[in-house]
Amino acid sequence: MRRTVGALLRKELLVELRTLESVPGMSLFAVTTFVVFHFALNRNSVDGDLASGILWVTLLFAAILGINRLFVADAEEGGFDGFLLAPVDRSAMLVAKVLTLLAYLVVLEIVAVPAFALLLLGPSLGGAMPGLLVTLALGDIGVAVIGTLVAALAVQTRARDLLGPLLALPLLVPIVIGGARATSPLLALSHPTGAPARWLLTLGLYDLVFGLIAYALFDFLLED
Amino acid sequence: MYGKGLRALSIATVAAMALALALVFFYAPLEAEQGFLQKIFYLHVPLAIVALCGFVLGGLLAIQHLRTREARWDMRSYVAIHMSLIFAVATLITGSIWAKGSWGHWWVWSEPTLVSFLIVFLLYATYQPLRFAIEDPERQSRYASVFAVTAGAFVPLNFIAVRLSTAYLHPRVLGSTSNLPGPMALTFVVSLAAMALLFATLCKYELTAKHTRAQVRALRRRLTGETGAPIRRRSAAPSLQPTAASAGSATGSGA
Repeated sequence: MRRTVGALLRKELLVELRTLESVPGMSLFAVTTFVVFHFALNRNSVDGDLASGILWVTLLFAAILGINRLFVADAEEGGFDGFLLAPVDRSAMLVAKVLTLLAYLVVLEIVAVPAFALLLLGPSLGGAMPGLLVTLALGDIGVAVIGTLVAALAVQTRARDLLGPLLALPLLVPIVIGGARATSPLLALSHPTGAPARWLLTLGLYDLVFGLIAYALFDFLLED
Repeated sequence: MYGKGLRALSIATVAAMALALALVFFYAPLEAEQGFLQKIFYLHVPLAIVALCGFVLGGLLAIQHLRTREARWDMRSYVAIHMSLIFAVATLITGSIWAKGSWGHWWVWSEPTLVSFLIVFLLYATYQPLRFAIEDPERQSRYASVFAVTAGAFVPLNFIAVRLSTAYLHPRVLGSTSNLPGPMALTFVVSLAAMALLFATLCKYELTAKHTRAQVRALRRRLTGETGAPIRRRSAAPSLQPTAASAGSATGSGA
């Protein structure tokens, strides 16, 4: 299992490195969205609730770009067939794809969070960094798990670019709730405090439950 | 064949609905603060509970479909979710009317139950487009079941998450039956039972109609002596192709 996941993950990252199909697009999208927010809100700096909302919505929509493309190569170039012919555990594909998407999200945030701090954020990010990292990590796991499941569902349909986001957004609402609520006190202009443990716990539990659901159901999506 | 018990169930539903409405209008006392408007509670809350239970039921039936791979479980899951969607639309409309009447706004974001219901509705609204977008019937039913299980598990999770996120701005006087006065609680329970019966009856009607239509089609094909493969229209509903064997086996366990 571990070797299979390793091989699949290497393949995914190699394909991404050679084609540069997802991650640069996602990062550019996030930065552009911050600029759009600047003009749409007509504000030079944001803080608190508004800042955490903008950050999470932007990361979410950028993640959806990656989710939409996650399985396209496998469906179109026969990646699924090759994988199904190999005598390996099918859950390996789920784990590898979740890790791939997670890696995309981490790179996206390495670009997007400093850009956000530079372009829009009022208060400085220094003290908020540890809390923000934990919240983002928990949110990313959830987005990666749900995104992989939804991408596998949507990729075999005729309207996959449409159905992927439609399926993913409602499922990701609890992550936005948890993430945005946990982040907003970190980005407050006056008296920034730590991320409330209640929201981190909610995020963690949501990740865990959807991880189990995805693990139980993913095999059924790979049966042809 | 599939309509067995349908008449008794229909009569029971009509009687229960009549009893529930009679209780709502003539027996249950007027609520002190909201007056007559509060009566919509006996329609709105049972609709919401039945719709949510129907969504979860659709998920459980989908688990059964994934385990057994029998088309009839997929059909039942589809019908349960389809009917719950209709109930959910009715819930949102009655909820909006109630919110307008008691709080003065058509939509209230601070009411966690309403908001989480909307999110669940938006998720399930993609069920039929998802089915419709997959052409192969076997894959369609399998993917739809995976969706139904995921979404069914999402229903309670989402309610927890949204409820956590909202401070209780509005007192939840009517949230549970435990703090209702006796006559109101009785009326509510009867209304809930009537709504559940209505759901079951409508599901059974839809299942019967689908089976009957498939049977009529098969008989017509036999009568005209067509032998080629049946022409399949693309559809969001699961398709039934009753052969003699499957029609016989499904009769015994008809929903």
